[in-house]
Amino acid sequence: MSTFVMDTVNVMNRELRPVWREPMSVVFAMIQPLVFLGLFAPLLPQMADGSALQWFVPGIVAMTALMGASFTGSNLMEEMQSGSHERQLVSPLGRPALLVGRALKEVVPMLMQVAIIVAVVTPFSFDLHLGGVLLAALVLSVFSIGVGALSFALALASRGEDWMFWTVQQTLLFPALLTAGVLLPMEGAPRWLEVVSMLNPMTYVVDAVRALFAGTYPADVVLQGVAGAAVVAALGLWVGVRAMRRSS
Amino acid sequence: MTHSHHTDHSSSPAIVTRGLTRHFTSRKQTVEAVQGLDLEIGQGELVAFLGPNGAGKSTTLRMLTTLIPPTSGTAQVAGHDVVTGQREVRRAIGFVGQGNGAGHRQLGRDELVSQGRAHGLSRADAHRRADELIEDLDLTAVADRKVSSLSGGQRRRLDIAMGLVHLPRVLFLDEPSTGLDPQNRANLQGLIQRLHAESGSTVVLTTHYLEEADALAGRVIVVDHGTVIADDTAARLKSGLGDLVRLGFGSASASARAASRLARVADARVDVADGTVDLRVKDGSAMVGELLADLAADGVPPTRVEVARPTLDDVFLDLTGRSLRETQQSTEPSTPETESEVAA
Ligand SMILES: Nc1ncnc2c1ncn2[C@@H]1O[C@H](COP(=O)(O)OP(=O)(O)OP(=O)(O)O)[C@@H](O)[C@H]1O
Ligand SMILES: [Mg+2]
Repeated sequence: MSTFVMDTVNVMNRELRPVWREPMSVVFAMIQPLVFLGLFAPLLPQMADGSALQWFVPGIVAMTALMGASFTGSNLMEEMQSGSHERQLVSPLGRPALLVGRALKEVVPMLMQVAIIVAVVTPFSFDLHLGGVLLAALVLSVFSIGVGALSFALALASRGEDWMFWTVQQTLLFPALLTAGVLLPMEGAPRWLEVVSMLNPMTYVVDAVRALFAGTYPADVVLQGVAGAAVVAALGLWVGVRAMRRSS
Repeated sequence: MTHSHHTDHSSSPAIVTRGLTRHFTSRKQTVEAVQGLDLEIGQGELVAFLGPNGAGKSTTLRMLTTLIPPTSGTAQVAGHDVVTGQREVRRAIGFVGQGNGAGHRQLGRDELVSQGRAHGLSRADAHRRADELIEDLDLTAVADRKVSSLSGGQRRRLDIAMGLVHLPRVLFLDEPSTGLDPQNRANLQGLIQRLHAESGSTVVLTTHYLEEADALAGRVIVVDHGTVIADDTAARLKSGLGDLVRLGFGSASASARAASRLARVADARVDVADGTVDLRVKDGSAMVGELLADLAADGVPPTRVEVARPTLDDVFLDLTGRSLRETQQSTEPSTPETESEVAA
């Protein structure tokens, strides 16, 4: 187990090094969700039960997590072409560590983004519940690792064909966001859309994050959210490790 | 097999393959990249796989390093099966692939350290090892630069350094000298031989160059179309071939006269083309002085002299009776082309 942790930290640190060396890229990544929020928030209708921001911010946070994690494979594409992925495969690094380490590369900036978003919106009509936010960040991290692993598997399956990776990533990204109720509430959706939404594990993650951001801890919602994140993580790792074993 | 293996009772072979085979299927076409390889490489051997493009060298190495599973057959490396004992195999080996092992956005030194850490070195040891290798491979000036800014040869040296970080028991190098200038080529040979001598590692490398195989390896395995066509020492592979002595003359008549004199040289093959005489003879390089003196005494001094050692192409021609399929690969780095031999 400790080898897993050591290997994962090794892979994650290696992935993060170029990020830290280019601080401007970090700054832009931090600002992006804020721009989105700034443009979108004024358009939000006033809601019956509390401020629109209270409803919308957790969605933006979940969106940021999904987007970041879904880019995990793009770095890998480059390294598959150069041969450094191959070098890592021949090293004794554990296969799950290769996956999780790369996925964590997107989780670390994601957590920073969450911190910045929360810091920026708190002075406005947003109530900060620190305990809930931290718990939500944990759930999102597990979810991100799963999405990152799926993105990794997609990169392997694309076998260096950039267009394939980006087409599939984009095609899946927006339906996943919309049916999870990130941007618009799912209440009043037609039956078929409701079913799709119920089948999307991200729906439960987003619901749990909203509850937690509001400082409430309804056991069923939170547990469903944890379960949704865990399902995505387990699926991602399973698919990812399999893809790595078969990528030859 | 004429080669005597360094196997004894206490040490099992470093590499054993039995019927090792790999097919690739793409677009309904099957490529038999490696076909039924039976090999035994003893601990501490230094072996070169020599073969033309597409012979199956990389595919063999990729199977032995756990990157791809065999289609059929088995292979053991450092005592572990490459399919069922992947983890153990990976711990024991080092691999320098045909591509670039260092990430383009990384710094060279960082890559060396994280490779060392991946192999279980402590932080301090990994840094110490990185420093050593940076020195050994003459990377001091570039080790702290982004890998994408390095020249091809510098990047290659970094790849090699990464393969050596953990002093692997079995080291695989896929065309290690590609892109290196002559000085770094010589440097690399020294480094590999030093590693081999100091740590007793088994080294398997691939190359297109007979000269390189000769300079480095005790044993040369010539492969083509996925099968072994010769397995011997470089010296013995070359012994039947002799050197090529090419003499240029001012006129066709002079070359014809010289050829008739040279026909007296024992065990030599003489080809005359317009103004040029090609003499293929064992130890030709040692004989040149005498030959020139004789020809001068006979009144036909050559105006030009070239001596070429045998190349992969020559070995190939000798073994298979045909020339390499892709002739550009037959150019040795430091010796002149021998086109007339290829055409002969
Ligand atoms: N992934 C693959 N898919 C399909 N065919 C492949 C694949 N990898 C290798 N081959 C084919 O297998 C054969 C052997 O290739 P291999 O890379 O082992 O040759 P090589 O001896 O290393 O050549 P080179 O000297 O050019 O590096 C070639 O015909 C190659 O096209
Ligand atoms: Mg090759």
